[in-house]
Amino acid sequence: MDYKVKLEMFEGPLDLLLHLIHKNEVDIFDIPISSITDQYLDYLELMKSLEMSIAGDFLVMASTLIHIKSRMLLPGRNEGDEEEDPRLEITRPLLEYMQLKEMAQELSEREILGRDVFARGDATSFDEYPDMAPKPDVTLFQLIDAFRRVVSLGEDPGNLTVSLEKWSVKDKVESIIALLREKPDIFFEEIFAGNQDISELVVTFLALLELIHMGLIKVFQPSQQSRIRLSACFDEGSP
Amino acid sequence: MKEVLREGRMEKQLELIIESLLFAADKPLRVRDIQGCLPDTGLPEIEEALETLRHEYDTMDRSFALKEVAEGYQIRTKPDYAPHVLRMTKRSAARLSTAAMETLAIIAYKQPMIRHEIEQFRGVDTGGILRTLLEKNLIRIMGRKHLPGRPLIYGTTRKFLEVFDLHSLESLPKLKEIKEFGIGEAQATQTYENETQAKSTVQEDAVKTKTEGTDSES
Repeated sequence: MDYKVKLEMFEGPLDLLLHLIHKNEVDIFDIPISSITDQYLDYLELMKSLEMSIAGDFLVMASTLIHIKSRMLLPGRNEGDEEEDPRLEITRPLLEYMQLKEMAQELSEREILGRDVFARGDATSFDEYPDMAPKPDVTLFQLIDAFRRVVSLGEDPGNLTVSLEKWSVKDKVESIIALLREKPDIFFEEIFAGNQDISELVVTFLALLELIHMGLIKVFQPSQQSRIRLSACFDEGSP
Repeated sequence: MKEVLREGRMEKQLELIIESLLFAADKPLRVRDIQGCLPDTGLPEIEEALETLRHEYDTMDRSFALKEVAEGYQIRTKPDYAPHVLRMTKRSAARLSTAAMETLAIIAYKQPMIRHEIEQFRGVDTGGILRTLLEKNLIRIMGRKHLPGRPLIYGTTRKFLEVFDLHSLESLPKLKEIKEFGIGEAQATQTYENETQAKSTVQEDAVKTKTEGTDSES
C-alpha cells in the first residue's frame, strides 16, 4: 500500500532547526553547525524512511546547512575577520522566524471576535477545520523523538527498511481507536505495546499521525521533560 | 439651576440615542456614522457620550462592554461568556491553524507583502493558506508589484481589525525583544534592525506600486 503522510499540516524546515536548537540547548548565535547539520539530516532520513513526503523546502535547508558547514571548514576564515560568519545565513531567518512566532502569539492572545467575544449580527466563523479537535500541543519533531526512543533498539533508524504489507495503517488506526475507547487517556508508548517488529512500529506511528491529522486524538506533553500523552477526541460516537 | 438640570437631561438623552444605535447596529459604528443620525450634534459631544457609555458599562459590571474596533465602536460580550454564546449560536469557536496565524501575523506587521516575501519568513509554501485567509476576508489583494510575473501584493482587511480587537493597524501590539538566548543579544538586535531596514525599503516600493497596481487588478 502506498501511504504518504502529508506534512504540510505540520511544520517546516525552520521549525525543525528551532527544535534542534532548543533540544541541544545551544546558542542561536553560535550554532554548532556540524552537529546540527548531522542531526537535521538524520531527521530527514528518518522522515523519508517513514514514507513521509518531504517538502522541497526541507531539502533546500539541508543544502544550505551543508554549504555553511563547508564554508566553515575553509581555511583562512580568521584572517580578515571582516568576512561575515557563514552561519548568519541561517541565524537571520531563524531570528525572524522567532519574531514571527511571537507576532502570531500576540495576535492569538487578543480577544478574538467569534472566539472570545461576540457582537450582534456578526457571523465570524473561520474555523479552518470545522470538525477538527484541538490542535496538537506537541510538534511533529517531538513526536518523532518519542518514536525514536520507542524504536531505539540499537538499530540505526536511517537504514530501516519498511514493508507495509503485513500491517496496514487503516488497521492500526482502528486498533488505536479501540485502545482509546477502553482507556481515553494513555501514554504515547502504550500504543506500541505488543508491536513485534520495526515495520509494525512504523505503521503504528503513521496511524497515530493520521489520527492527529483527522483530529481524533489530542496529543499533549504536560511539561518538557514528561512523557507525551494521548487522549481521545471522538466521544460523540463518530468513528 | 433649571438650566443645568435641562442640560444634564439632554446629555443623558444623547447617550441613550447613541446606545440605541450601538445596540441595533450589526457592525462597528464610526463617530461620523453616528453623527449622520444626529445631524445637530457635534463630534466632540458624541465622543464624550461614547466615553460616558463605555465608563457606565464598565462600572455596571455587565456581560458586555463598549469596544473600539476598526475605527468604530461596537458592543461586544465579554470573554467569560464565550462558551455560552457559542452554545447558543451552535458554532465552534473561530480558530486558525498555527500556519495560518503565522502567515496572517507577517502580513499584518509587515504589509504590504508579496507571497515570495511571506514564504521567505516562514520557509514553507503558503499558497493554500493565503487562499484561506482571502476567503475568510482577513487579508486582501492590494495590487500587483512591478516585478517579473507581477506578483500580487497582500495586506489585511477591515475585518481583520474587527476580528482581532484592533482600533487600527497602529494599535497592533508592540513586539517584545527576543531575550531567550541571552548571549549575543546586542548583535541580534543589530542584525535584526538591519534586516528590518532592508525590508522596509522593499515595502516602500510596494506602497509606491500599490495604486497603479490596483487598476490592473482584474
